[in-house]
Amino acid sequence: MIVLENLRKTYASPERVSHALAGVSLRIERGEIFGIIGRSGAGKSTLIRMLNLLERPTEGRVIIAGRDITAYGEAELRAFRQSVGMVFQHFNLLSSRTVLDNVCFPLRLAGMSRRQQRERAQEVLALVGLSDHADKYPRQLSGGQQQRVGIARALASKPELLLCDEATSALDPETTQSILRLLIDINRRLGLTIVLITHGMDVIRSVCDRVAVIDAGRIVECGDVLDVFLHPRHAVTQSLLSESGVDAEGWREMAQGMEGTMLRLSFRGDTTLQPLLSRVSRELGVDLSILQGSVGRIKDTPYGQLVVAVQGAPEACMRLPGLLKADGVECEELRP
Amino acid sequence: MNLGNIDWPLIGEATVDTLLMTGFSLLFTVIIGLPLGIVLFLTSPRQMLSNTAIYQLLSFIVNVLRSVPFLILLIVMIPLTRVLAGTSLGVEGAIPPLVASAAPFFARLVENVLRELDPGVSEACRAMGANSRQTVLLALLPEAMTGIVAAVIVTAIALVGYSAMSGVIGGGGLGDLALRFGYQRYQTDVMIVTVVILVIMVQVLQVFGDRLVVRLNRK
Repeated sequence: MIVLENLRKTYASPERVSHALAGVSLRIERGEIFGIIGRSGAGKSTLIRMLNLLERPTEGRVIIAGRDITAYGEAELRAFRQSVGMVFQHFNLLSSRTVLDNVCFPLRLAGMSRRQQRERAQEVLALVGLSDHADKYPRQLSGGQQQRVGIARALASKPELLLCDEATSALDPETTQSILRLLIDINRRLGLTIVLITHGMDVIRSVCDRVAVIDAGRIVECGDVLDVFLHPRHAVTQSLLSESGVDAEGWREMAQGMEGTMLRLSFRGDTTLQPLLSRVSRELGVDLSILQGSVGRIKDTPYGQLVVAVQGAPEACMRLPGLLKADGVECEELRP
Repeated sequence: MNLGNIDWPLIGEATVDTLLMTGFSLLFTVIIGLPLGIVLFLTSPRQMLSNTAIYQLLSFIVNVLRSVPFLILLIVMIPLTRVLAGTSLGVEGAIPPLVASAAPFFARLVENVLRELDPGVSEACRAMGANSRQTVLLALLPEAMTGIVAAVIVTAIALVGYSAMSGVIGGGGLGDLALRFGYQRYQTDVMIVTVVILVIMVQVLQVFGDRLVVRLNRK
């Protein structure tokens, strides 16, 4: 659905040339929730603004639904933007208009009749659960409610693509969860593609199907969220994960002075729920001690990752990885 | 001081003149200054219609008009005032210089009000496919309304003061009266009465303006 080809963005000032994006290529499929994560200044904000050309790339192409939008003229581009919804960190609502009029705004731009505008606006307000607040002004609403208005406004003109620019970064954790659930809900019900940027791994874990990690204007890692969480390859990904409590290296301190083989076991899906450890322990007569572990869900898929120290007969220890793999557990030997 | 000696009908007439001068000047100031302020904002660096040449030119004109003291502007403009108003005297003669002085001032206030708006609003408009005209008319001006109303009040009050000054070259109104009777004929009581009336006018404008701003404010 969306293809980004070698996007570059450079800002030239008399002192120096800075690269906000240094050659980004990505492919985002129709109907998925795609997350772009990075620290501030990594270029994620520039990148998401290229998807509706709020920022123009210095080089490269943005192809959406088969059409190169970087070749659009001003009028074509405005028409295109009316078919893409965008949600902002600080909501960017019009404080001088009621909730209903805020949601009507994009429809008015599209030239819809006043009656149709109101009907459609009521529909999307119902979708985000704000029907009762239509006549209020934004300042009378909480942050989470204001963001729901922002989402309703973005959905009003029935877009196929929704861009979320740090949509939950200004909200408290509880409200964040409810907004994220709403995003998943509209993604399923309306089948629209969602691209979001965030600096928090928790957001990625809660809603995204795939993720790209951006650092210094480059995509350093990209893949299914589950794969990236269980096997982060790039240092930036690892540190972002450890900040959200998924620390891949914490076992090292625990392992000091311990004997035996260290294994990292990764489970996903139904395997997570099986009593595998106690079974292999019984069958092979080995002792397992857990040095580190996390079990949880990534979007809808249960996952677990454990670092265990294995003690027992050498022959049994040798057989252990094979046995676990047969049960669908990924098994990796670690060196302390 | 003997209030019985004061020519009250004359005071009444002068008050009406001042109100007329201020009112009409304010009207033309807003008609000229509001679009000027919007253009200043839009053409300034990093804005929607950013254009250095136009911005610098307008900004220069505005600065020149604002840096000429009003009394000098009054005198310098006499030939132009005759063309525009048919006379350089009385209420009509005072209006062109008042507008020439207040419109640039008001335009700057409008420019600043627009600049203080959250840039996120413009960005959201662009993202929704609005053109510049729609962004200004449907989003920025309504968002800036309270600020613009406050700027109108500030300008109106400045105009009350300036209109009094135009009495120096025969502009009519309370300033004229204060000058001719209060200063030139040593009738201090006339001077005091005109000052009191001016103070009341300004107070009424400010109180009315503040209420309006509170009513309009949705933030």
